Amino acid sequence: MVAFDLPTIWAFIIAFAIFAYVVMDGFDLGIGILFSWIPTGRERDTAMNSIAPVWDGNETWLVLGGGGLLAAFPLAYGTILSALYAPIVAMLLALIFRGVAFEFRWRDPGHRAWWDIAFSLGSIVAAFAQGVTLGALLQGIAVDNRVYAGGWFDWLTPFSALVGLCLIVAYALLGATWLIMKSEGTLQVRCYRLAFGLGIGTILAIAAVSLATPFLSAVYWQRWFAWPQVLFTAQVPLLVTIAAVVFFASLMRRHHYTPFLMTLLIFTLSLAGLGISLFPYVVPPKISIWDAAAPVASLKFMLPGALVMVPIILAYTGYSYWVFRGKTGHEGYH
Amino acid sequence: MLEAFDATLLARLQFAFTVSFHFIFPSFTIGLASYLAVLEALWLWTGRSVYLDLFKYWLKIFALSFGMGVVSGIVMSYQFGTNWAVFSDRAGPIVGPLMAYEVLTAFFLEAGFLGVMLFGMNRVGRTLHFVATLAVAVGTFISAFWILSANSWMQTPTGYAMAANGQFLPADWLAIIFNPSFPYRLVHTVFAAYLTTALVVGAVGAWHLLRESSNDGARTMFSMAMGMITVVAPLQILAGDQHGLNTLEHQPVKVMAMEGHFKSYDNGAPLVLFAWPDMAQAKNLYAIEIPKGSSLILKHSLDAPLKGLDTVDRKDWPPVPIVFWAFRIMVGLGTLMLLLAVVSLWARVRHGLYDWPLLHRFAIAMGPAGFVAVIAGWVTTEVGRQPYTVHGLLRTADSVSPLQAPAVAVSLLAFIVVYFIVFGAGVLYILRLMSQSPRRGEQGPERGHPVRAAGITPAPQVSEGGN
Repeated sequence: MVAFDLPTIWAFIIAFAIFAYVVMDGFDLGIGILFSWIPTGRERDTAMNSIAPVWDGNETWLVLGGGGLLAAFPLAYGTILSALYAPIVAMLLALIFRGVAFEFRWRDPGHRAWWDIAFSLGSIVAAFAQGVTLGALLQGIAVDNRVYAGGWFDWLTPFSALVGLCLIVAYALLGATWLIMKSEGTLQVRCYRLAFGLGIGTILAIAAVSLATPFLSAVYWQRWFAWPQVLFTAQVPLLVTIAAVVFFASLMRRHHYTPFLMTLLIFTLSLAGLGISLFPYVVPPKISIWDAAAPVASLKFMLPGALVMVPIILAYTGYSYWVFRGKTGHEGYH
Repeated sequence: MLEAFDATLLARLQFAFTVSFHFIFPSFTIGLASYLAVLEALWLWTGRSVYLDLFKYWLKIFALSFGMGVVSGIVMSYQFGTNWAVFSDRAGPIVGPLMAYEVLTAFFLEAGFLGVMLFGMNRVGRTLHFVATLAVAVGTFISAFWILSANSWMQTPTGYAMAANGQFLPADWLAIIFNPSFPYRLVHTVFAAYLTTALVVGAVGAWHLLRESSNDGARTMFSMAMGMITVVAPLQILAGDQHGLNTLEHQPVKVMAMEGHFKSYDNGAPLVLFAWPDMAQAKNLYAIEIPKGSSLILKHSLDAPLKGLDTVDRKDWPPVPIVFWAFRIMVGLGTLMLLLAVVSLWARVRHGLYDWPLLHRFAIAMGPAGFVAVIAGWVTTEVGRQPYTVHGLLRTADSVSPLQAPAVAVSLLAFIVVYFIVFGAGVLYILRLMSQSPRRGEQGPERGHPVRAAGITPAPQVSEGGN
């Protein structure tokens, strides 16, 4: 019974880490993606400064996702990363450019334009690579005798590229709505406008990926459309629709917080949708979380760590956000 | 077969390259975080502004190096999967949880409080800000604890059982975490980090003392750095000696390679000072030796017998010349550090610490020595573990992902190009910051940034006045 429960618990912990990464670094990457649409000078500086104190913590969830996968599902970690060699390396290199730009652009005003491009391109490539990774995972990874058994470009398909593009749009929406919350004046006005188009783009993207996924395999089709669980799964698109309506209404009324919160809700629902498609497989189509799980002794050893530390981490992360609360740059005028 | 070997070799080169580059940053930031905590504590305690000035001076440098450490570290956490999938699958149940604890207890602590430490002084007040600095410093130490535990387990694996599917099963977590080489490696590496930081701080202080011997900040940092080196350099040599004896006990083959002992000695082994170890002929060319020296160091007895590589199957030999030379570079630099410690102590006693240009020049020359010694030490221990990833149990050739050589070659090239551009620029920016002399009323990282912690773009002065 323990062997049954622990992998499930760990699947949820890692799913939570990935979710935390996607929404938190999502708005960091989104700001990078939108950088070309934000004019140089005050607006860019404000955008950058709204995330400078928190981006590092946000990115740490990616390390927890990777490290947690290695620890809890070592077989999945090894096979997924070998199968997705090129996009993972591209993501890592892109994140380097993105990460150092935070400091470098201030240290070298002569080359600030270059580091801004590095920031922007790094964010776009990282987002695309993450989307491709997700797409490739959904379409399945060939594994034989506990090692990856496919070619080194199996990951590249129209579907994975579609998911990559969709994630760029969705991250950009997170970035735009984050800035609506954290900025004022011209930047905020600009972000309202951007968020409108990106909102439409994100809904279309979710629709496209959702419609394509059931055609990837009969398993996904079953998961979503078999009677009677369709009654349950149908709630997901329904809630997405409601969230989208609230989102656009809040944009029209120029709310500061609701657009971001609704975007978060849409991301949460999309992740739930992914969970419905994938669970209990961690490397579709064959390897379930129980096949890939580390020995019980490993999972047990880490569990108190995760159960104690994650709430503490969330507490001080919350504290750090609270310290830098309010409109970025607002305080200077007091 | 040949192709598989090539991919393995390329994967090893890639790991060696990325980990060496990465290791440079934490080996500096572990010490620097502690130094910053000490500076801030001294400022809070004494109220002397020079400590606050130095704190802000080094905080800017810390921000840059910490950022580079973070981004190069993320590469490491994924490279186990991309290039070493079989290792990840087999050793993941043991190494993985240790690294997961590192993320949970260290990385989040550092990252969570880094923002407050860098940009939050005006927002949270002095005491809470000091808590944030302390949290970051403690985080760097916790991080070293876990990652070195994982690394040491790969050197001296204990507390495991083997599963039918080839996985290592954790049997006794305390035995795994506190494996035989871990305490020695932890002490040796943390001392190395402190020395590296002290050498850099000392070199920067010396640089500015040569230009302006009355600069209060330069005097304080130089004095603190030399004091640190005077205390830690001798301790480090003791710790290194103990670590070496521990290695002799648990990984004798590594010591044979470090010593260049191809043959066994029944009656006292010589200390090979310099030589070119020739693995094909299994002997040292152009050797300069001190008779019985090695037995004296390793066994504390002139005539003690020592076994050589002739007692070991050739397929279990590490690459001897690399281990041999890396070890000598580390020991040579360690000796120079001890010399700096002695000279600076003498200068301090004679009241010449701020006025001896030769001492200052020596300290400047030693500025990068810590980094070189750390990398050389790392190469000694890691290459000395070859041809295994988990010593004696899992061969490197059996650990690698099913990779095609071109894929690894292209990504290796990409890493090299990107690292040299990005970290080259970063080091340049750090050197630029170091070339500015520490001043009264030093500004922190938020100053160069028009907005950051407080204040909208054009009004940093306003924001400071406002707080």
